Amino acid sequence: MRVRPVKMAASVRQWARRVIRLSHTNITGASGGLSVRFDRCSAGSYCRCFGDAAEGKQTHFGFETVPEAEKAKRVYKVFENVAQKYDVMNDAMSLGIHRLWKDKLLHVMCPQPGARLLDVAGGTGDIAFRFLEYIRFQQERQRRRETRAVETPSWQELSTNYSTEDEDGPRESKAVVCDINKEMLKVGKQKADSMGLVSGLSWVVGDAEELPFDDEQFDIYTIAFGIRNVTRIDQALQEARRVLKPGGRFMCLEFSKVTNPVLASLYDAYSFQMIPILGEVIAGDWKSYQYLVESIRKFPDQERFKEMIEDAGFYCVQYHNLTGGVVALHSGFKL
Amino acid sequence: MRRLSAMWPCFGRALRRLHQRHSKVIAKAVCAHSSSRAFTDRCYDGLYPGHISTTPIQKALLAVGSGVAALQDPYRHDMVAVLGETTGHLALINLRNRMRNDPEGYTILIERPRIRLSTLDLSKMASLPDGSFGKEYLRFLEDNHVTPDSRVDVKFVDDEELAYVMQRYREVHDLLHTLLGMPTNMLGEVAVKWFEAAQTGLPMCALGAVLGPLRLNTRRLQKLVTSLGPWALKNGRQARCVLSIFYERRWEQSLEDLRQELNIEPPPLMLSASNKSSS
Repeated sequence: MRVRPVKMAASVRQWARRVIRLSHTNITGASGGLSVRFDRCSAGSYCRCFGDAAEGKQTHFGFETVPEAEKAKRVYKVFENVAQKYDVMNDAMSLGIHRLWKDKLLHVMCPQPGARLLDVAGGTGDIAFRFLEYIRFQQERQRRRETRAVETPSWQELSTNYSTEDEDGPRESKAVVCDINKEMLKVGKQKADSMGLVSGLSWVVGDAEELPFDDEQFDIYTIAFGIRNVTRIDQALQEARRVLKPGGRFMCLEFSKVTNPVLASLYDAYSFQMIPILGEVIAGDWKSYQYLVESIRKFPDQERFKEMIEDAGFYCVQYHNLTGGVVALHSGFKL
Repeated sequence: MRRLSAMWPCFGRALRRLHQRHSKVIAKAVCAHSSSRAFTDRCYDGLYPGHISTTPIQKALLAVGSGVAALQDPYRHDMVAVLGETTGHLALINLRNRMRNDPEGYTILIERPRIRLSTLDLSKMASLPDGSFGKEYLRFLEDNHVTPDSRVDVKFVDDEELAYVMQRYREVHDLLHTLLGMPTNMLGEVAVKWFEAAQTGLPMCALGAVLGPLRLNTRRLQKLVTSLGPWALKNGRQARCVLSIFYERRWEQSLEDLRQELNIEPPPLMLSASNKSSS
């Protein structure tokens, strides 16, 4: 029996289309049912290696490839080990520049009194503390302006001011620090106590991929140097969008790609040669800091991360490069 | 002007080569690290479990950093360990050769025994008579509240056999305390360091021997300089290589007997573990 030429042509076309689709499959796209194995994830591009269904999905832990379920555990262990020396190490590794990066984040954020902040992976509380101090500074400045504007208040006006101050005051700004790691939160709490920052601050244990908050609770969501440790970044971005109010802002500080080749070589040499040594000498832990340096190389670059934020449903996504691209500040709005 | 314009391509090429070399370093790291085996605590990269390979520059930086850290806080045993590993290459080769030339030492290098609580039969050792090596070692562990499991693992030695020699040296340290009759207070530790410096030639021991006395008060310093120190140095030089003894098979042997075999004289001063006040 001869197969009709038209049918044969159609089936050949179908087969050809499948082959082309398979060869063009983007490994970053979600594709159910396909098992594509990659032995080497190229440093610098975000890639997820799909294993067979029996093995479970694989992801990267620094330059290693591990099952997804394993990564969260190992990241937890890393931060449990480094929590006590985290701030000291940050100062040593970045020569204090990390403070400038965080200051820049606050400067771009420009929070107004009454704003509610959620700082995810906020661990030792650096962003939350800066937020509260910024708000307090703004409130002080506002109060000073108000008192200067009223030249000679009458006794009547003064008495009404005093009586309405407590009832009708501006909404209290609140900062919530959320971190998956209890040790990091412990260190943050101790810092807050020693600085005398108690009011307007709360500490919550939670997973960035599954936040323990209701929808539309916060005005600003920040995640500073934490998102590269999350197993499923797209899920974290979706959660961020969920808990933000309409008009809310998503801000992310993260290590990124250095564009200048000279600076890139110096940065790589410093990262791989020097930082694990600092980790060993100061914190007694080479491997954790080796992981931290490797995880920076596995994180997507500025443009790719911007696309991921846009895919999660944020608008007006922008990024600023700090220190020549060593750190990038990404920002997007939920509209 | 022409020379300048000729320089730029050379400069560009050099930059490109530097960048390529760095990419190769990173690519090599990627190849070395990325593996699809499921992670367990037992799997490792490198020559032995816990090995971290380092460049000579990194070793130099580690040596300096760990030296400073150990001086600032002598209780950072991990820093003392790192200092020993990064500076002791030649001394370790020397020790390994001495072990190879000794029949018992050679057996140790082949069999690779480890001194850990899990490998010691504590009840059997406790039942040994007083004066036996095993009993005295147990007494030392109890009096000074130490355990053989608190030794840091070797990380930065780039040869598997030398790493074992280093580990053996660390594990034998407590046994040395027993052999020399020295407690774990500052004076006892310095005396043992002087012995070890004379025996092994490890720079870390020499550094500890020189800087340790700075933390002693005058009375103890006098004891060290007049009697303990010279005794430790003399015995360190004349004693048999302490790493070449298969201690695990000699628990029943009398301590005095073992000292004679190793050519170690009994200590001139009896120091008790209760002298554990800070110097």
